[in-house]
Amino acid sequence: MSTVVYVPRDAAALSVGAERVATAIAREAKSRGIDLTLKRNGTRGMCWLEPLVEVVVGSERYAYGPVTERDVPALFAADFLHNGAHALQLGRVADIAYFASQQRLTFENVGVIEPTSLDDYLTHGGYEGLRNALRMQPHEIVQAVTDSGLRGRGGAAFPTGIKWKTVLDASAPQKYVTCNADEGDSGTFADRMLMEGDPFSLIEGMTIAAIAVGATQGYIYLRIEYPHAERTLTDAIQAAYQAGYLGADVAGSGRRFDLEVRMGAGAYICGEETSMLESLEGRRGEVRVRPPLPAIKGLFGRPTIVNNVISLASVPIILRRGAQFYRDFGVGRSRGTVPIQLAGNIKRGGLVERAFGVSLRDLLYDYGGGSATGRPIRAVQVGGPLGAYIPASQFDTAIDYEALSGIGALLGHGGVVAFDDTVDMARMARFAMEFCAIESCGKCTPCRLGSTRGVEVIDRILYGVDRDGNLRLLEDLCETMVEGSLCGLGGMAPFPVRSVLRHFREDFLKPPTR
Amino acid sequence: MTEDFSDILDEYQHVPGPLLLVLHAVQRKHGFVPAEAVPYIAERLNLSRAEVHGVLSFYHHFRRSPPGRHVVQVCRAESCQAMGAEHLAQHAQQRLGIEFHETTPDGAFSLEPVYCLGNCACSPAVMIDDELFGRVSAEQFDALLAERGGDR
Repeated sequence: MSTVVYVPRDAAALSVGAERVATAIAREAKSRGIDLTLKRNGTRGMCWLEPLVEVVVGSERYAYGPVTERDVPALFAADFLHNGAHALQLGRVADIAYFASQQRLTFENVGVIEPTSLDDYLTHGGYEGLRNALRMQPHEIVQAVTDSGLRGRGGAAFPTGIKWKTVLDASAPQKYVTCNADEGDSGTFADRMLMEGDPFSLIEGMTIAAIAVGATQGYIYLRIEYPHAERTLTDAIQAAYQAGYLGADVAGSGRRFDLEVRMGAGAYICGEETSMLESLEGRRGEVRVRPPLPAIKGLFGRPTIVNNVISLASVPIILRRGAQFYRDFGVGRSRGTVPIQLAGNIKRGGLVERAFGVSLRDLLYDYGGGSATGRPIRAVQVGGPLGAYIPASQFDTAIDYEALSGIGALLGHGGVVAFDDTVDMARMARFAMEFCAIESCGKCTPCRLGSTRGVEVIDRILYGVDRDGNLRLLEDLCETMVEGSLCGLGGMAPFPVRSVLRHFREDFLKPPTR
Repeated sequence: MTEDFSDILDEYQHVPGPLLLVLHAVQRKHGFVPAEAVPYIAERLNLSRAEVHGVLSFYHHFRRSPPGRHVVQVCRAESCQAMGAEHLAQHAQQRLGIEFHETTPDGAFSLEPVYCLGNCACSPAVMIDDELFGRVSAEQFDALLAERGGDR
């Protein structure tokens, strides 16, 4: 019988040589006359071990990593196809501590199945959630999502079920389901990893959403920086159409749902839901003034669900296992699981899906293993470029929407970027303003001008010009931006700046540069 | 010249919200969006030239001048900064002898900044055309250029 070997096709794995490893394995097997089936999975999310090669022995999967193409002949010589001993041997995937201690719900199939194989998806519980949904009344589906406690994983943490109910209750000849896959926050890659590793779960989640609220058209707004995800999604959508899970008669229900991928064009602001809708309509991604809410007047003026990839991809398991099952994970008002992405200067970077409540310290040290450089971790930025910098004294804070907002931080999309003690925090504060200036849509003044003035004020502080006065001015500017901006870009870009002023003020007071 | 764009407009004209789709298709075909495309697209989509220009200039991805044979994007966002991306960005500019948003005189490479390639657990990251690279050192950067005919 042919031995099955998995080599990931996820962009992160490819970025460190997975394709060359796959080619080398195929070549080596052929030259040795070994019958081998090479399968391409998503990543398990243990990115520091990529390329991570898995071999199926009996009913178990054994891992080796990180593998380079040069290691391949030696792996064959060590009989890795039967879990032979080798310096890169990691044992059973299920026993690797980083992986074993996670609670994979949304990412249950990611790294396990072949992403674009519908059969593989179906044998792993795929479309059971949709089948359950089709036996329910629309308001029952919405109620299940509400009861699960699921809140928007894109960053705003708005209860998903409430949003759906607004769309359900709106009366209109056309409604839409849109997926925000404009994952622009530095330090985040959960959406990409899911779309590349288990695209059907997103497609199924969107289909359930459409059935629930009576929408017939869906769009995935995907950032242009994700060409691998585009190919995977496009292939999966095509397969879903061919099998009758999309189109005029979804799973034999007589209900229509069409879905297409639309590419963004490199504008960070299009991750904000109203500018995403503008962009989908073919315009500049300028934010809209709310109200009206997109749920009432969204895409092309119609009631529209706008949900993040992870929110939508969490829906199938909620409908498959029940709202209570999902709700039993988590703490307080933060229910279910959350994919945390460990990035930046971290020894073991990757994705950790856990119930809410795990502490930053556990993530950074038990999972992350400390900094990649071996130096102390001085700060972490949680929640992307608009998230606060958290000092080591607050690493015991739990990953929980309320706990983080209690210390003036935010969870956002779950990115955790670590910095060692060589970081210049004043430069990071300056970068927050600079980034906001580059990415501002230009519609409102506090964001458009405030960010540029912010860079200038910080420069004056760094140059040593009237430091006290300019530090006060910076605080004042931050307040203006927070209070006066139309959306979260200008309204939150001051968060990292303020956190530096609060926790790392000494970096503003170093001897002047220039 | 407008016949170069007519097929694209024929394909997308009646799709809801077509302008980004059209600009993407034009850029895929030509490598950039030529100035003469703007009035033609405007006319076919019943938009003003200002509206088309406004969209074209809003999005970082759309180019209004021809790119080099390879487009090199160096990630400059926080995660990559934490792993030395600023050093890599300086190295890239020195090595290519150009600044960001410029193209080498021989037309081989365009250098662009990018704010997150979503490869943050393998920082610093670089993308060349559609190919992603992680944990990129200065030496590896040079090797990637050399593989693409940039060994000058």
